[in-house]
Amino acid sequence: MPEPQSPSAGAPLVSMRGIVKRFGAFTANAGIDLDIHAGEAHALLGENGAGKSTLVKILYGLLEPSEGQILFQGAPVRFANPEAARATGIGMVFQHFSLFDNLSVAENIALVLPRGESLRNLSQRIDDIAQRYGLRLDPERPVWTLSAGERQRIEIARCLMQDPKLIVLDEPTSVLTPQEAEALFATLDVLKREGRAILYISHRLEEVRRLCDRATVLRAGRVVGACDPRAETARSLAAMMVGTHVVEVRASAVEDVGPERLGLNHLSLPSPDLHGVTLHDLSLHVRAGEVFGIAGIAGNGQDELFAAISGERLAGASDAVRLDGTCVGRQGITARRQFGAAFVPEERNGHAAAPDFSLMENAILSRHATGGVAGRAFLDLAGARSLASDIIQRFDVRAGGPDAPARTLSGGNLQKFLVGREISRSPSVLVLNQPTWGVDASAAAAIRQLLIDLSRAGSAVLVISQDLDELFEISDRIAVIHDGFLSEPRDTRSTTREEIGLLMGGASMADVTHAH
Amino acid sequence: MSPQILELVLVSIVMAATPLVIAALGELVAERAGVLDLGVEGMMIVGAAAGFAAAIESGSSLLGVAVGIGAGVVLAGVFGVLVIFMAANQVATGLALTILGVGLSGLIGSGYVGMKRESIGHLDIPVLSDLPVIGRLVFGQDPFVYAGIGLAIAIAWFLNRTRGGLTLRAVGENHASAHALGIPVRRVRFLAVLFGGGCAGLAGAYLSLAYTPFWAPGMTAGRGWIALALVVFASWRPFRAYAGALLFGGATVLQLHAQAASIGLPGQLLTAVPYLATILALVVLSLRKRRGSIAPSSLGMPFIPER
Repeated sequence: MPEPQSPSAGAPLVSMRGIVKRFGAFTANAGIDLDIHAGEAHALLGENGAGKSTLVKILYGLLEPSEGQILFQGAPVRFANPEAARATGIGMVFQHFSLFDNLSVAENIALVLPRGESLRNLSQRIDDIAQRYGLRLDPERPVWTLSAGERQRIEIARCLMQDPKLIVLDEPTSVLTPQEAEALFATLDVLKREGRAILYISHRLEEVRRLCDRATVLRAGRVVGACDPRAETARSLAAMMVGTHVVEVRASAVEDVGPERLGLNHLSLPSPDLHGVTLHDLSLHVRAGEVFGIAGIAGNGQDELFAAISGERLAGASDAVRLDGTCVGRQGITARRQFGAAFVPEERNGHAAAPDFSLMENAILSRHATGGVAGRAFLDLAGARSLASDIIQRFDVRAGGPDAPARTLSGGNLQKFLVGREISRSPSVLVLNQPTWGVDASAAAAIRQLLIDLSRAGSAVLVISQDLDELFEISDRIAVIHDGFLSEPRDTRSTTREEIGLLMGGASMADVTHAH
Repeated sequence: MSPQILELVLVSIVMAATPLVIAALGELVAERAGVLDLGVEGMMIVGAAAGFAAAIESGSSLLGVAVGIGAGVVLAGVFGVLVIFMAANQVATGLALTILGVGLSGLIGSGYVGMKRESIGHLDIPVLSDLPVIGRLVFGQDPFVYAGIGLAIAIAWFLNRTRGGLTLRAVGENHASAHALGIPVRRVRFLAVLFGGGCAGLAGAYLSLAYTPFWAPGMTAGRGWIALALVVFASWRPFRAYAGALLFGGATVLQLHAQAASIGLPGQLLTAVPYLATILALVVLSLRKRRGSIAPSSLGMPFIPER
């Protein structure tokens, strides 16, 4: 494959040569070569499990390569720990922020400073960095009071405190609003101009095309291509990542929307714990035949809303939750299932499925009250086994049969099984929280298609998701949850991502309407 | 109540609080680093037996104290290796440690039952120590009492004002993030556990060398468990731990006085007062949800780094 023109020819800043990393029998990186030049933004692309995270952990000293070598400015280096990598000039901004909720912003930053460096004028130094790169920060605030965008600014400031030559960003925009992402790009542009190199990992191909000068594509632990992302389309990049063409989700127009099947009526619920969100007077109506999307940044009440709809937490008033006109607000999850509802929570292992249980046993977990797998006292193991086999076959789940433990499945396959477990009983109402989070592109497309097909067959589908692309692809209407409040729903065809993004950031409906 | 009796009551409350607070402060440090060590009672009683035996054999109280601390550290080391480096379940291992400690203390102390020795001396400053009411309370305590107060101040300062304390809190708050930043999570935890063991051993040595200067099997009488409860009661803050220890020390002393005054309640019931107070305090605390009074987020969770 011809090497594309790099913006700064000459010796690379960092070279990774023949990196191999094995975890037992599993090879996460199978001989990866990667060159990063000063002043370039280099994208690292690949599906989940392609080996991107493993590779950058090796680069940052968190993992030791089984084989291979890292050269920094031409000289071989070995990083025993992240401290050594930071001292050499490599900084990292993590995908799931490596912050401490109960510590203040300044304390979080102080933790990475080298030993012996004074903490006296820390606040001053944080202010300097913040000014220079446009990162607004209040050093005394505890982290748990901050939004995802603010948290990321801490990570970036912490990283810049060490004056790194290479900054690694792992999925930096996955929890940001479009506006927060724009602010991040502005900061990254400043860093590039200063001659720092950026290694950028993202699923969001449009962002990669906007920001990066070069891209390296990984698949199954190997480099399968390199390109100039600005000369590619998002579709061609996706095809390189997956190796085949990703099937496009087809949403037929909604012909006739039926009566309400799932209704929330002035639902309010106090926060279950310290860091939780209180739900304030939520009302919504999901009708037969439609997919209803709820957008929002993580931690704005999605989990609490899901728990209230599924019956994991009971509402104060019986009529706060309605299924097909029946008031179920005071009924538990099993009763709600018996009324025809089905639920797929966010966390696959540990919430939707018991990781050490077999698929067959996991099938029983949510289906025990609706027939076919269990009687009053005894399990119908034969029934459960055939149900699990059916789900595996019908929803194309790659698994070692109905006896395979749930934890042995990849994220995408387990999610297909869990969605299939609920859809195969043709629920009248299906509620999902982050249905394709961390799921590879082809499984995600398959799941989205299933949701559309289910709704078109007359069910009501409610999808809670942080992924705006997903919601715009499959929803007929979108509402935004912010700090426990739900916005008025918008028709997907008559709204824009900017509008939804502003609502996600906390703008009121009046502001948004005014802005247009 | 005459000034003499008031002084006596106050002095005995502080003395009763001292072993509780020393053990609780050690456990507090271990828990702030994310390790729940339910073996406090076991380490404490081994500290009491070993400290007493060493003091008898050598005739030196100081050596007794050192051996008491050492015994606590050794037991904590065993616990630390199991739960931190081998990721054993902390609750089960801690309970086993207590059972082991109680048995071990009986073995160590078997030759010393019934022996008596002079209690460690109290501070005696002319004039000051003879002041009414506060004289003995402030200027006439034994060294352990001052050590307990000093420990609370030192730990509060360490946790909130030093880089080491910040690192320790970070490890207890989120071990995955701490590891990602390059903090040696397991080493920090191990040191914190050893410190907790040393404190528990010291608290035990206090019991057998100063509080009741003799060895009797089972003499800790559940104080290790109260110390554990105190940590929760204190919301993992050193000064609150001291306040809580005074409260429970007070309950202990007052029930003794109530028994002596024969107020008509059965003695067994009165003996249970400090324990009932513990349960009551924990219930009240968990009902009252408040910001900033929460447990370290990684408490009790083993950390296994991938490498």
